[in-house]
Amino acid sequence: MIGICSYGGYVPWYRLDRKVIYDAIGWINPSTISYAKGEKAVANFDEDSLTMAVAAGIDCLKGCDRSLIEGIYLASTTMPYKERLNAGIVSAGLAFDEHIRAADFSGALKCSTSALLSAIEGVESRRLNNVIVCASDCRLGKPGSSQEMIFGDAAAAFLIGDQDVAAEFKGSYSTTYDFVDHYRGAFAKYDRQWEDRWIRDVGFEYIIPETVKKFLEKYQLEMNDFSKVVYPCHYGAERKKLNKMLGIPPDVEQDNLMTEIGDAGSAQPLVMLSQALETGKPGDKILLLGFGNGCDALYFELTDNIIKKREQKGVSGHLAQKSSIDKYLKCLVWREILPADLGPKAEEDIITRWSFHWRKRKAILGLWGSKCTGCGTVQYPPQRICVDPDCGAVDEMEDFLFSDKTGHIINYTGDNLAASNDPPAIYGTVQFEMGGRHIFDFTDCDLDSLAVGQAVEMSFRRRSYDDQRDVSGYFWKAVPMKEDK
Amino acid sequence: MATGIKNKVAVIGMGCTKFGERWESSAEDLMVEAFVECLADAGIEKKEIQAAYLGTHFDEINVGKASVPLSNTLKLPYIPVTRLDNYCATGTEAFRAACYAVASGAYDIVLALGVEKLKDTGYGGLPGGGIAAGVWYSLTGANSTTPGLFALLATAYSAKYGVSMEEIKEAIAHISAKSHANGVSNPKAHLRRVVTEEQIMAAPMIAYPLGLFDCCGVSDGSAAAIVTTPEIARSLKKDNDFVTVKSLQISVSSGEESLFTNWDGAHFETTSRASLKAYEEADIKNPREEISMMEVHDCFSITEMITYEDLHISLRGKAHNDIMDGFYDMDGQVPCQVDGGLKCYGHPIGASGVRMIYAIYEQLLERVPEERKIKNARIGLTHNLGGIPSNNVCSITIIGRD
Repeated sequence: MIGICSYGGYVPWYRLDRKVIYDAIGWINPSTISYAKGEKAVANFDEDSLTMAVAAGIDCLKGCDRSLIEGIYLASTTMPYKERLNAGIVSAGLAFDEHIRAADFSGALKCSTSALLSAIEGVESRRLNNVIVCASDCRLGKPGSSQEMIFGDAAAAFLIGDQDVAAEFKGSYSTTYDFVDHYRGAFAKYDRQWEDRWIRDVGFEYIIPETVKKFLEKYQLEMNDFSKVVYPCHYGAERKKLNKMLGIPPDVEQDNLMTEIGDAGSAQPLVMLSQALETGKPGDKILLLGFGNGCDALYFELTDNIIKKREQKGVSGHLAQKSSIDKYLKCLVWREILPADLGPKAEEDIITRWSFHWRKRKAILGLWGSKCTGCGTVQYPPQRICVDPDCGAVDEMEDFLFSDKTGHIINYTGDNLAASNDPPAIYGTVQFEMGGRHIFDFTDCDLDSLAVGQAVEMSFRRRSYDDQRDVSGYFWKAVPMKEDK
Repeated sequence: MATGIKNKVAVIGMGCTKFGERWESSAEDLMVEAFVECLADAGIEKKEIQAAYLGTHFDEINVGKASVPLSNTLKLPYIPVTRLDNYCATGTEAFRAACYAVASGAYDIVLALGVEKLKDTGYGGLPGGGIAAGVWYSLTGANSTTPGLFALLATAYSAKYGVSMEEIKEAIAHISAKSHANGVSNPKAHLRRVVTEEQIMAAPMIAYPLGLFDCCGVSDGSAAAIVTTPEIARSLKKDNDFVTVKSLQISVSSGEESLFTNWDGAHFETTSRASLKAYEEADIKNPREEISMMEVHDCFSITEMITYEDLHISLRGKAHNDIMDGFYDMDGQVPCQVDGGLKCYGHPIGASGVRMIYAIYEQLLERVPEERKIKNARIGLTHNLGGIPSNNVCSITIIGRD
């Protein structure tokens, strides 16, 4: 049996009420009022599709042995690098063994379902055991556009394998059309789209029904065999129409989270699937559709493992934790749409020295430190000579992973002098519970909410951006542990 | 068996520029200004200087690397010159090297000069660490500034000792108010105006809980010292108008504070250790009673507060009591920052350590006007703290007049 063995999700901490958008810039395009309902999830200034993919991957792999992962597929249309394997950065962030298959899936929004299929086929072929698929998108809408209202940021991850399968893969059917409902050229920052009416009439109303029909025929299934149907389509009225056309009852249609997250692009179907699995029951059949330049239809049947107790926070867990942004302009600054003056210190030119980065890649991207095999002291960054003054052993270290450890705050400050997209820059010393410490940036928190002794967990973030050389730099930050709101 | 530096070296001449925003002066101008005063004070000729040590820290916005800026500017005739950098202990390092050069017997008369030109950055505050902080730091360091990294002390201290952030804020406001009061009458100080504790506490926040007045001045300046043996000093200075070095100590973080688990984040381990060694070297049994005055590294007021404890003068967790009692005020038992300190004299990094020695030197030789004179000053201590609380260099110098 092959299928989904574990699943997780990630929704950024910050949400933006669409009315805040409309109040700020609705005047330029008053028709966007029709979208000004609910809120959308927005990535923090130090998040992008890679950091969210790592976060979803971490969530998915809670309780799993990461050393068993043999492949990682990343699906996104907003990867920071055209050349440099983005999945390789995510793989290092997830602290995977470097002897691993990794690939980027991009282009169509259905690249996530295609990545899922490739992972399933990799395991089916017995060439790979345990492949993780991370889908993540962080698309930009032009200020004042309907896309700005519609798009939201989120990620999901699935572990595909043949042990302890919770959702068995039963079959698929794919179509591919060069249907250009929207596109982004190689150098474009924003999507361009054709008329909504044409997208609905020809895109959703032809491509999805056509693919579903062929899929059902192929497996001799009917729509009422499914307990959940997961498909992306942000148009509210169009979903109603499609449900009617396809015969999807209201309780079978999986919520597209438009008023909580927004349209998360390539991640959208997988975020929805991840949430659907949270409440799934053994025997449920789930139909998953990926849409964009064609359609992928995948079908899963849930096993008894679906009701096993899980440590994952999941999509719903992340939705329960949030903080609202009350300033529209903040989002524009965070996404570098509005170039704010961060002062002369922000202009400091720091080149990423790749040969240096290569030597330290595990410590930087994976937050690997070292553990003295003599006295057991763990230390970050990795040391040659043990830091315990009573030990001092030389070269008796083994790798020790800090990114999955919790710690607590020893001291902290909010710094108004540091150049930041979200002043004050908050940072402090984190003492890991198992030993080891480092001065980390703190993120997804307010200065007023901090206290010495507070528990923190680690989060992979885009630490810097070198606009001269187009380099996104990644490292880890500390996030105070959250209570549900 | 090592016998320490006590009474092996004498300071016979010192010079110090006015510190401040010296827009009109280059680093070279500042060096000449400090040197001319120093040489005249020593009463020797330039050709009698046998070796020299230069201290600069931000060389990339200052005079550049190596020792040639000093020898070129002062036209030192092919003598050995060495440049030193050790964060904010840089000036003291130049002085220490000069003392050791004399004590070793290698040279009779040696010059130490520190200089920094910080006001050519185009903005307030210190220049960013940038690549100068090292490639590792540039990739993994927090998005921090110096005030923020020292501000970290306050939250840890408050949690450890149960001293509220409000009490800390009051104590450090008193520290800055005291330094401002002391700086007013010092013509060479950068900042010369009285500031009240209320103004200090109401000032804009730089890095919680440090406000604007909790941060020292960023200044241009230079200071110099000429050292020799006590024998030569006595022959040159008929009225014993010189001081002798009692102790020179440096302690540098081993990585324990930043990597191991035994540091509380609320004190300076280096200062705590260096001060004990310094008292031993100077044969001081009870620093609270024996030290006449101090110049400590008040880069930030919180640093000064915690340093009182690390110098083993105030009890742990109790410095705020001494501070509020006026123990360190001009008329207190151990006056501190009698010239205004880094807070008001200013902090041109490479010069600061030498400037502190200059402040003690002019007090010991009774060269200051009556209103800021310390009565019966015999022993003075200077202290520098370079780097950040979790990883730093501490220098302590004790000088006295016998």
